Amino acid sequence: MSAANRGITRRRFLGQTAALTVGFTLAPLVRGLAQAPSVLPGSLQKNRMLDGWLRINPDGTVTAFTGKVEIGQGIVTALAQIVADELEVDLGRIEMVSGDTSRTPDEGVTSGSRSIEESGSALRFACAEARGILLETAAAKLGAPLSSLRVEDGVILAPGGVRATYGELTTDAMLKREATAKAKPKPSSAHRFIGKSVPRRDIPGKVTGGAAYVHDMRLPGMLFGRVVRPPSPRARLVSVDERATRALPGVVAVVRDGSFLGVAAEREEQAIAAARALRKSAKWQETASLPPSGRKLFEHLRRQPAQDAVVSEKNDAAASAVKTLEATFTRPFQAHAAIGPSCAVAQWQEGKLHVWSHTQGVFPLRRELAKALTTPASDITVTHREGSGCYGHNGADDVALDAALCARATRGRPVKLQWMREDEFRWEPYGSAMLIDLRAGLDAQGNVVDYHHELWSHTHSTRPGESDGTNLLAAWYLKDAQRPGSARNIPQPAGGGDRNAIPLYVFPRQRVINHLLPEMPVRVSALRTLGAYANVFAIESFMDELAAAAGADPVEFRLRHLSDPRAKAVIEAVASKAGWRPKQAGDGRRGRGIGFAKYKNLAAYVAVIAEVDVDRATGAIKVPRAFAVADAGLIINPDGLANQIEGGVIQSTSWTLREAVSHDSTRVLTRSWADYPILRMTEVPSVDVSLINRPEEKPVGSGESAQGPAVAAIANALANATGRRIRDLPFTPERVKAAQT
Amino acid sequence: MAVTLSVNGRRRTVAAAPETPLLYILRNDFELNAAKFGCGMAQCGACTVLVDGKAVRSCVTPALAVVDTKITTLEGLGSATSLHPLQKAFIEEQAAQCGYCIAGMLMSAKALLDETPHPSEGDIRQALAGNLCRCGTHNRIVRAIQRAAKEMSP
Repeated sequence: MSAANRGITRRRFLGQTAALTVGFTLAPLVRGLAQAPSVLPGSLQKNRMLDGWLRINPDGTVTAFTGKVEIGQGIVTALAQIVADELEVDLGRIEMVSGDTSRTPDEGVTSGSRSIEESGSALRFACAEARGILLETAAAKLGAPLSSLRVEDGVILAPGGVRATYGELTTDAMLKREATAKAKPKPSSAHRFIGKSVPRRDIPGKVTGGAAYVHDMRLPGMLFGRVVRPPSPRARLVSVDERATRALPGVVAVVRDGSFLGVAAEREEQAIAAARALRKSAKWQETASLPPSGRKLFEHLRRQPAQDAVVSEKNDAAASAVKTLEATFTRPFQAHAAIGPSCAVAQWQEGKLHVWSHTQGVFPLRRELAKALTTPASDITVTHREGSGCYGHNGADDVALDAALCARATRGRPVKLQWMREDEFRWEPYGSAMLIDLRAGLDAQGNVVDYHHELWSHTHSTRPGESDGTNLLAAWYLKDAQRPGSARNIPQPAGGGDRNAIPLYVFPRQRVINHLLPEMPVRVSALRTLGAYANVFAIESFMDELAAAAGADPVEFRLRHLSDPRAKAVIEAVASKAGWRPKQAGDGRRGRGIGFAKYKNLAAYVAVIAEVDVDRATGAIKVPRAFAVADAGLIINPDGLANQIEGGVIQSTSWTLREAVSHDSTRVLTRSWADYPILRMTEVPSVDVSLINRPEEKPVGSGESAQGPAVAAIANALANATGRRIRDLPFTPERVKAAQT
Repeated sequence: MAVTLSVNGRRRTVAAAPETPLLYILRNDFELNAAKFGCGMAQCGACTVLVDGKAVRSCVTPALAVVDTKITTLEGLGSATSLHPLQKAFIEEQAAQCGYCIAGMLMSAKALLDETPHPSEGDIRQALAGNLCRCGTHNRIVRAIQRAAKEMSP
């Protein structure tokens, strides 16, 4: 009997036992157990009550609740569009409440481009059902047959001019029921708002100095906080002069708990000065704990103890290989590098904590804060407020604990604590370094028959709320130190380090192996796309190498190995848009290349063609232009989708040309933008985005769908331009120059 | 210790040490949200404001250095109900993702258009090269500035 079968049998057994024990006293529960609850769409599955998602207000407005949060991707606007269409209420009367442990559904983390699928589907079905309930109520009240009713902007109209508004019909009890998802959402032909480029709700405030961010909060009596982090990850505090810092102007609290140091002061510049003084007086004992850097890092990764998993294996009949290619690809540690350092506001009142945070998950953060502060989660409220774009798991959650620790010493006064630039660069969890070995065999016709993908990497998620430890930075440095959670890989089909490691191409024999390195001397977690950026870089670079070995054009070679018509369609569309000419050679300086992926192998399809311009004397590369075609199913907001694709291509270009975190054996050396340059206004490519709308397909997110195809397109364009392939990221001038000789 | 500053046409005396970076006084005493702390080292431009019409990084500008000047923040350009053409253009082009850099972008753009009413695309990119954006909204920002320039000096 397999392990999976044993698991099912055990669950069945427990189910029966429970039913027998409670049978007579809890009849409804028994019915529930006997008849498994129906599977509901998206996040309705875990948050099943309609009134958890929606409130129809007597004044005709609607309040919709989502556990997903705005991180600059436009999700709140897109969700409002869905609500407006399914309920048939004008967009202007939809109020959105997002990310608040006291008000909204628990939808975990806003990540992985999943919000449209999870929250969007839930709201879509909840609203369709609520609309049906309102119609039934109206039919009874108006004495008109249900089929004769229609809705116009929150008003239900019956024949003969009889009408009732949603506001008149609504009662407190109306939506206090479990969703059934039986009401069918509208067909796309009936959409008024979905599919339109509705302007983002958050932008007017952001361009006029509105209180748009947690950074802009001002509460009565609020103090300003700063932390003093150790000089290196394993450093321990030996001594510090707290008294001298306490005597500085405006200082209200100096917090020392183990190796955690923080201050709170009346004014922000006083908090900064106090932190500076505290840092100066602190003596630390440091330990060299970091891995080798540069090229040696990757040989080191290869030798580390690993948890090995065969992610995909296929052994279909096919011809033998007549030619075999091998290549190794690497990606360094890379930073999220938000423009605004992380910030939170915390306030303790009568033993209860309220935190305002730009976390991606208010509920997971609350669970983690409860562990770190040894306070019941029921005594903690976490409310989302926007922050600077995060691009994954950065310092957002950590700074919430820092603020809570400092606010514990301020007798009820709230503390707003922002990290300094150096705190963010040195302490955010980086996107994990990766080493990827590829090997493939071509048959006599130039088709891939064997494919082997093997990768080494740390975990790509150490987010709060989902581990066996405490995944908040300060918790590891307290006197009663807590441990970070143990490393685990996000399982397929989404995958973590192995995200997009399984090629979408049809190869008869393939094997994909993931070596998860559980030790994490360098702090790592989710950076936009997780492993997909490097895996797509490797696969798509290699596809060009294989195409060249087969004497084929890269576009034609990809198409002949694909069976999915949506995949083929984005590749064909981008080739046509960019005026791709088969087998066009670069001229030594300029070249173009293509990259493709279906994000996570289950979300948006994106193909990118990039152009590069190489200065052979200096090795400097420019990417003047890129074309992208995206298919994200039913498009909710075309301009919002285009904005995400443009941004994804530009961010990926920056990662690809510039970015690597540097460290020595003890300390992280990346401290400021001077150490971690990103692409500037004068250096970014123009991005020409085309969208394929598929109203019959489910809508999927897109925030992380372009980065993999973009790096691959640039890598292939560089090889096309110069005839030399670079397989190590980033493509620095030194590397480009070295590859020419 | 006190320092008197003129911000968006309003003069106020603030109880702060004169070497205090202007940014903190704008945000915390004048309660103006737009200028943001990004790096504290004049590397990113999120804190950009105008001092006598010139774009400066308020995170490294001591209050003392700007006492007899006219300081303008994004709030001084226009408001949600009365938008400056630049603000209007940024909304029309949806030229933001997270938006944290946007106030700084707008102020650098304002300084540019005041000096060069008909900038080329290259002029715009050059003028904003010191303002970092991480979401990849650069090209929309350029388009918004071009749109505003057209509206302001047709």
